[in-house]
Amino acid sequence: MAARDQILGGIRRSLHRGVLDGAAAAPLEQRVTTPPRGPIPARTQGLDQGGLVDQFERCANEVAASVTRVARLDDVPEAVASFLAQHNLPADLAMAPDPLLDRIPWDKRPLLRIRKGRSDGRDPVGLSAAFTGIAETATLMLASGPESPSTLNFLPDTHVVVLPAGRIVGPMEDAWAKLRAASPAAKLSGEAMPRTVNFITGPSRTGDIEQKILMGAHGPRRLHIVIVGDERS
Amino acid sequence: MQPTSHAFKQNAHEAIADAKLQQALGFFQFGQAGLAERRRQAVAKLPEFDTLRDSAKAIKDHTLAHLDWYLERFEKNCTEAGGHVHWCRTAEEARQTVLEICRKVGARTVTKGKSMIGEEIAINDYLSENGVVPIETDLGEYIVQIRHEIPSHIIAPAIHLTQKQVEQSFRETHTHLDPARQLAEPRQLLDEARGILRQKFLDADVGITGANFLIAETGTSVIVTNEGNGDLTQLLPKAHIVLASLEKVVPTLEDASTILRVLARSATGQEMSVYTTFSTGPRRAGDLDGPGEYHVILLDNGRSALLGTEFQDILRCIRCGACMNNCPVYASVGGHAYGWVYPGPMGSVLTPALIGVEEAGNLPNASTFCGRCESVCPMRIPLPKMMRHFREQEYERKLSPKTVRAGLALWAFLAKRPALYHRLTRLASSILGRLGRRSGSFYNLPLAQGWTGTRDMPAPQGQTFQAMWRARRAG
Repeated sequence: MAARDQILGGIRRSLHRGVLDGAAAAPLEQRVTTPPRGPIPARTQGLDQGGLVDQFERCANEVAASVTRVARLDDVPEAVASFLAQHNLPADLAMAPDPLLDRIPWDKRPLLRIRKGRSDGRDPVGLSAAFTGIAETATLMLASGPESPSTLNFLPDTHVVVLPAGRIVGPMEDAWAKLRAASPAAKLSGEAMPRTVNFITGPSRTGDIEQKILMGAHGPRRLHIVIVGDERS
Repeated sequence: MQPTSHAFKQNAHEAIADAKLQQALGFFQFGQAGLAERRRQAVAKLPEFDTLRDSAKAIKDHTLAHLDWYLERFEKNCTEAGGHVHWCRTAEEARQTVLEICRKVGARTVTKGKSMIGEEIAINDYLSENGVVPIETDLGEYIVQIRHEIPSHIIAPAIHLTQKQVEQSFRETHTHLDPARQLAEPRQLLDEARGILRQKFLDADVGITGANFLIAETGTSVIVTNEGNGDLTQLLPKAHIVLASLEKVVPTLEDASTILRVLARSATGQEMSVYTTFSTGPRRAGDLDGPGEYHVILLDNGRSALLGTEFQDILRCIRCGACMNNCPVYASVGGHAYGWVYPGPMGSVLTPALIGVEEAGNLPNASTFCGRCESVCPMRIPLPKMMRHFREQEYERKLSPKTVRAGLALWAFLAKRPALYHRLTRLASSILGRLGRRSGSFYNLPLAQGWTGTRDMPAPQGQTFQAMWRARRAG
């Protein structure tokens, strides 16, 4: 406690003032309870849902993620199976116990071997559902929870993410708004904020050896996104 | 670590004579794919970049002006989410706190994500001395660790090394592998490191990461990486320890988003880094993975004393590295010459601010004041101005060398007497002009070896500037 008081006291001394309370704290309180937005890049402004999906796909290709678009959840098993076959990857998947993924008729492709749960590091392919996709930079947003273990996002060599087209938003700020809306008190303090929110933009990479960019540093070597829905601009 | 910033001149001479270092710095400086060029291209693709810089600066200025309030709010929310916040005044307090947490969970090995605060408090040496094995997991940090070096760049720790040197270090360290294996390709080096570190991730008892931001609104810490090592570091062990300095806090998720838009672009030229991870507290009820404990070390180590001074602006720094990527001095001598944790222009300000101008006074002097650092800084930190403040401090405290002080005193004496000044410069330029007429330049000049030691001094031609100016105005 001594350290805490001394640090806070030191800050106040340096700033030539005392504790901020009452009227002085009110605007700060306001700022953290109703956060103002900063400048939003124009690139996603004014796009309809189809336009956002196109923008997401374009940016995803730029960051070396691959994208398949299918019309319905029923088409996902086929899309996943052919992606794995195309890259000569084993059809053993560790899948998040997510209600959306549960609705997919996996038995349509019986050769896909699917195990539900977290990854223990031995699964070649991880399969998750994204909470949302941010079209601004083709960033997937995944929120941890009992239905969404984070290990699936990092341990498998290949990460396949199912993203309903209707979930795609424009800027990061819209993703936070969606997450706030999903929490009971519509704010994200305490346990209302998921333990881990992962923003994922392309597969793992490094430039640490002579600045040469190599994929698959510690996380997945491949990131494949299956966008579900027939939104078109 | 013991700083060698006082020996900058010696360090720089050695760096310039080091052929391997110069080869590595060549990739850094001139490569089409160099970090400075990548930044330029990313900035050109975002018309709002400068507007975002202004907002990012305003966010940090606002937070620093209310730092105590936002830190307390961060603490409250972090604690509500089940995390522990540890306030540490000094590096020593931070080291002891980390060790206590490691001991409590019975840690034998600790994986580490990249953290400059980890370097600042020299946590690796301390843990090793106390029987806990720290393992760096960022590829660059791992390379530097097995070579018993320190990072030479804040985002590209091994930028001073060539691929050949990395290969050699892997062969010397990974002696359990086949000595005849192929390692000539960067891909092979990466795969070898990936394989070795994968097991370390799974075995570690504690994971230590840094923090790019702390968020007051939610009690969250944020890390930004490309490799995914930071996530494996914090996700798999029993406890996650976050090392963060006070000024990392921002008010809200929206504020972090604004700064994220300038961070990766300034650092590596990416629009977003691959992984931006927001962590809030330990594993929740029903979670299938995640650390059982979540600790945040809040380190002061001299920062609160910078508030309200002419050096407060350096606390806006988000450690993107753009200043060093665009610095002609850094590109010539590399990061180790700076002699402590933080190199380049931001290091030339932060180092004397944290460890004193007595030790680090050379650094703010090792600048041409070309201003590129300030012009690329996403947080608009006036780096040259602050270096000048340190030069003034050095002069006022009589720390600068006698010859410099004598020279400045002589110049001041003349500058205050314009008539004498003009007469003397006219005389000097006419003598030098006549002496150097034949060759056009001087190879060697008494009292000016600092100049002629590395280049020729051109002989003055014609009249002095003042004389020409007078003639022009008269004419």
